[in-house]
Amino acid sequence: MTTVDFDPGAAAGRATDAILHDTLHGAERGVVVDSPPGAGKSTLVVRAALELAGAGRPLMVVAQTNAQVDDLVLRLAEKDPELPVGRLHSSDTDAYDAALDALPQVRTSAKAADLNGLPVVLSTAAKWAHVKVDEPWRHAIVDEAYQMRSDSLLAVAGLFERALFVGDPGQLDPFSIVGSEQWAGLPYDPSASAVTTLLAHNPDLPQHRLPVSWRLPASAAPLVSDAFYPYTPFRSGTSHGDRRLTFAVPSDGSGPDRVIDEAAESGWGLLELPARHTPRTDPEAVRAVAAVVRRLLDRGGAATSERAPDPVPLTADRIAVGTAHRDQAAAVRAALADAGVPDVTVDTANRLQGREYDVTVVLHPLSGRPDATAFHLETGRLCVLASRHRHACIMICRAGVTDLLDDYPSTEPVQLGTLVKFPDGWEANHAVLSHLGEHRVTWHP
Amino acid sequence: MSLITALARLEAVGTGRAQPAATVRHRHLSRHPLVFVPLTTAGETGAPLGALVGTDRDAPRLLVVPQPRDRDLRFTFLADLADVVLPYIDAYAGSVEAAERTETDPETGKRVKVAAELCADAPQLIVPSRTGLDFVRLLGRSMRFRRTAEQDPDAPYPAPPRVPLLGRWLTHYGERARVPGSSLLLALTDVLSRHWATGQSGLEDEHLGALLAWIDPPEGLTGAEAARRAELARDADGQLLCPPAGPATDPAFDNRLLAPAIERYDRARTALAAAEDPLEADDRLAALGRAEREVRDLVESRTRPTWDAVWRGLDLLRALPEGAHVEGRWTRDRWSFTGHRDRVLAGEPPQPRRDDAVTAANKLATREREQARLEAQEALDDPLVMAGRRLAGEAFAGEVTDVVMAYSEGRRPSPRPLVTVRTEDRPHLAQRAKVYRSLGGKPQSAEFVGQEADGVLVLRVLDKMGRGKEPEPGSVPEKGDRVCFTLFEHEQRGGAKLPDPEQTPWTHGGPPGEPAPEAPDTVTEEDVL
Amino acid sequence: MTRAKGLRHRLAELRGPDVPAKALDARALAALAANPGCSRRAILDGAGVDKARLAGALGAPAGFGQSQFALTRGNAFEARVKADGGAELLRLAHARLDPGAEPPATAAVPDLTAHGPEGRTARTALALREATRAGGWTLLDHPMLALDVAGSLAFLEPDAVVVHPDGSWSVVEIKSFPMVDGAADPAKVGAAARQAAVYVLALEEVAKRLGAEPDAPAPAGAPVPRVRHQVLLVCPKDFSNLPAASAVDVRKQRAVTARQLARLTRVEEIADALPEGTCFAPDLPAEELTAAVEAVPATYAPECLSACELAFHCRDRARATGAVTRLGRPLRAELGGLATVEEVLAAAHGVSGDPDDPAVAALRRAAALRAEALREAREAAEAREAGEAVSCP
Repeated sequence: MTTVDFDPGAAAGRATDAILHDTLHGAERGVVVDSPPGAGKSTLVVRAALELAGAGRPLMVVAQTNAQVDDLVLRLAEKDPELPVGRLHSSDTDAYDAALDALPQVRTSAKAADLNGLPVVLSTAAKWAHVKVDEPWRHAIVDEAYQMRSDSLLAVAGLFERALFVGDPGQLDPFSIVGSEQWAGLPYDPSASAVTTLLAHNPDLPQHRLPVSWRLPASAAPLVSDAFYPYTPFRSGTSHGDRRLTFAVPSDGSGPDRVIDEAAESGWGLLELPARHTPRTDPEAVRAVAAVVRRLLDRGGAATSERAPDPVPLTADRIAVGTAHRDQAAAVRAALADAGVPDVTVDTANRLQGREYDVTVVLHPLSGRPDATAFHLETGRLCVLASRHRHACIMICRAGVTDLLDDYPSTEPVQLGTLVKFPDGWEANHAVLSHLGEHRVTWHP
Repeated sequence: MSLITALARLEAVGTGRAQPAATVRHRHLSRHPLVFVPLTTAGETGAPLGALVGTDRDAPRLLVVPQPRDRDLRFTFLADLADVVLPYIDAYAGSVEAAERTETDPETGKRVKVAAELCADAPQLIVPSRTGLDFVRLLGRSMRFRRTAEQDPDAPYPAPPRVPLLGRWLTHYGERARVPGSSLLLALTDVLSRHWATGQSGLEDEHLGALLAWIDPPEGLTGAEAARRAELARDADGQLLCPPAGPATDPAFDNRLLAPAIERYDRARTALAAAEDPLEADDRLAALGRAEREVRDLVESRTRPTWDAVWRGLDLLRALPEGAHVEGRWTRDRWSFTGHRDRVLAGEPPQPRRDDAVTAANKLATREREQARLEAQEALDDPLVMAGRRLAGEAFAGEVTDVVMAYSEGRRPSPRPLVTVRTEDRPHLAQRAKVYRSLGGKPQSAEFVGQEADGVLVLRVLDKMGRGKEPEPGSVPEKGDRVCFTLFEHEQRGGAKLPDPEQTPWTHGGPPGEPAPEAPDTVTEEDVL
Repeated sequence: MTRAKGLRHRLAELRGPDVPAKALDARALAALAANPGCSRRAILDGAGVDKARLAGALGAPAGFGQSQFALTRGNAFEARVKADGGAELLRLAHARLDPGAEPPATAAVPDLTAHGPEGRTARTALALREATRAGGWTLLDHPMLALDVAGSLAFLEPDAVVVHPDGSWSVVEIKSFPMVDGAADPAKVGAAARQAAVYVLALEEVAKRLGAEPDAPAPAGAPVPRVRHQVLLVCPKDFSNLPAASAVDVRKQRAVTARQLARLTRVEEIADALPEGTCFAPDLPAEELTAAVEAVPATYAPECLSACELAFHCRDRARATGAVTRLGRPLRAELGGLATVEEVLAAAHGVSGDPDDPAVAALRRAAALRAEALREAREAAEAREAGEAVSCP
């Protein structure tokens, strides 16, 4: 099936042009860009950085984690090996990716003064907060701005005159380890996201949206868009025929093989284990995850996509396992090690944000739980887990989660003056689950 | 809820008594706390009904508002409350010791030490429950913007200066109570349930009577039985034997006892006002006195059991030895108290209704830092808390089975000994993860090198071994030592300095402008609510 | 007999002969979402059983009750807010919900008196139609709305409904808890929002019916009147009796309540599973009642204590059966399949349980660590008593 009236490349191009125009020539001090999963956020950041640097405007880039900063430095270096780049880092050991040392155009330092005069300087928000300047930077790019807390922006906003804010509103919100209810409803609530505060004070800033996900396949974009971005829909950059996942070894008829085939065919698979209350590290579910990963590798998978004319082997580095909790991730890692699969990424939703794989295997956050909690229902958590894949996503879950959702007591407190966050995690979970229900493989291991 | 706490609660069910949730006391307790047991009127905001207040467990001061909807009577109550609380606060404000404080030098921008005064001790307020904390905040809010006749000769209901002053102090205490680990203002139910796990839910623990019943049940009863009685048992009149700890009262008390008594008081007052000759007035004044006495007795009957329960709870807590880091945190409370004292003395205006962007962010940063500090310190002070962290994979304890001397590379090699620890714990250690142990009260760090076998961890010690090539004696664990390492840091780094409020950036609304004095609250026009 | 009729009949039997159904109000409907997993509550509410009386008859009376002070205050405040033909209320609605509309200079306050709930419901619908057609601001003081709840009608009475000049409707909730500096108790605001969401759903029913009429208030082909998903919450300002108002977005609460109402059809399944002759009539002997109540499974949790009249009874039963959830829902999270106190303690102390079950293994580890820590503390205490200085390892 191809969409005749929608040219994703052109739509994305128009959005990018408008963003760059507002960034380089607009009158407003800020530009906000919402980027759904895999919509080319990093590409946009790199391109905007190069154009600003090209226009002779000194630029600082603020990202939230060291890994994100290093990733941007590497991408910048790849795009323009001539451009001198500064990487400001903390004074901890291993403060930055050692790969940066191999790049002659990248200067690293723990002191901002050492990087004076470079066209682009990148660092984390935490590090920037300790920098003092006499003259503010003319421009900044704030990456992952929806995961940045308002107080963190407050600490760095004095460093720049104007800024491009880029991020994904559907991922996990920032949080604080203490209560912050007393500031709820204030436009500058320090625990809110940086973008919430920014827009509360500057409602007229231009807001853009990247309309095409290049990562999510045509099988996933509609579900993720409807469930998590109901008011800001996006489309897949590819059509149904563009991506294919095939396996050389035929199914042995087991649950893992059947769910793999279902996911290869439809993009989604739900491996449903018998209903049972379990602790978080449900050994049966953990073994099921490991079995699916093992079979994905053993069956000689190959992924065909628009990126290359020939099928690309589905290797361990193209597969990831996502969980809600760290102990679950640890248990899956141990199970994978037992199954002789050492190189597959296993991480929590928090750490998988911004990452991309061909196939993801997800231990459903509500699997085996006696009840749902706000943590497990958090929209962003499920959104991250359901939107990391280019080809297929396989969820492992115990039966009974629909009842769990229905039985969830809805007695949330309401703070006056706060924006209601949409969609609701409870509804998003229902939407995803009912879609997955169509791709269900029940298995009694 | 962590599994170890859950287990403690279930053991409480099994044994019929609350079980320890801590082995030391994690909050400071003053030798002379001020206990405050307030009651409020249902449906009315900031209309107190009365209170017991004081520092002497045998002689509380009873304050009562015989008609809570009467503005004058309410205001008299607040002034009387100030008469009890402010002298208590003043007694601490006057006694100081010399101390040092770090400040940013306005000239150089450098952090420098300056000599400062620090109050030698601070007043401590105890309320029965968490709702009591909210009530302290509400009282503070209702009082601090009141205008005195001196400030505004036209103020419709001028307050004596001590009323807004008490409002500021209660506001400060209410705010400080939100800082994790602080002890200036404590809710007794919070402190008790920090130290004991009962066989009931956290929600039920908010009932002071039921909580104490589990911790210290009367002879012949299990905790569950005693708690049920505290919650539900009523006398022949339908009144609870253990009245709620307030500030809300039991509706049955309101409807059957309090409302008729207040009505009689109202009638007596009306009658007095209508008296036509002095003789009649005398009689009616006496009748009014009796009617007032009746309300006072009722209020005392509902607050006295709570008052006694609070002191009993304090006795129970005092029996626990104080945690090693408690005093350090109390010193922070003393700084907080001293700081507010100085702001009052300097003639600063009352705390604004809402924080500005910078103040809010600073408060949040402080609280997050204090939360992390508290979690680390409680674990270091208390093996039972550490047990919970070990179970969660955030710490591990074990025996040193081997020590191999090694050195750092570079021109001046420093000791980097490899220590092998055998443990039954299952810490969540990533490659090169940092771990810490307490060495003479200071954290010594090591990094995780690898796992030799199941439960056998190799660590590289990184610091606190002196400047020489050989580590100082006692600075490296020895074979056979029992060690406990944590994955969390023991001390908290200071956060980044935020801009001054007048430098608030455009993203946060820009500078708030000249602070305008906060207007007093608009009031109900009628004399009676 | 139709299905709905059959169910009604069955529910009446459950209530007991000649026991009138307790009408469900918005508060009760909103409370459906408080513990939607509880079959006991679902069937008792669905059948219109008076749970407070039932609880009394079971010997575990509900702890609820309202102070007359609160009641008086609430009524006085509502009267004050609605005084002067609702001028102040409409001013707040304009300012908080619809500042773009013309300010309310004059307002219509139609008379809604009629005979019986059905009559008042019809009168309300008529007034809504007229007001929508007329344009301008209209205040409906205590209108009556009907909502289909599992086959029978529930009559609901919001504090007020405002018709805006653009023909849209919004719900007004007047509460007597304060808004201090623009903030109010979040738990109470949440409860008010859930209650208002029920009214929004009921209003949407009315709007749908009006839209379907041949002489619909809006021109033919135009959409049915819009029910706004922002409601107006009016509370006393600070420490006064003057009103303050805030717009509250109830989309979430509306979605949740709609789903719970739709799920109420499961009442039929629950009823079908009950033994023949089950009856909850409060005049039955306590033993029989206990058995009848026991026949429907409950999912008691401590939150029930503030949300359900039967909670003390269910708590006693949960205690008797040793259910761990009576200590709080979160407690169960790491216990896996272990559901009773006895099972957990036996597993923790190594008496029973499969050591390969991670829940059992973790419990044993927890028990061992706890014992070790308590032993250490005891030794430290003894050492302290012996006057020695000790240091933590």
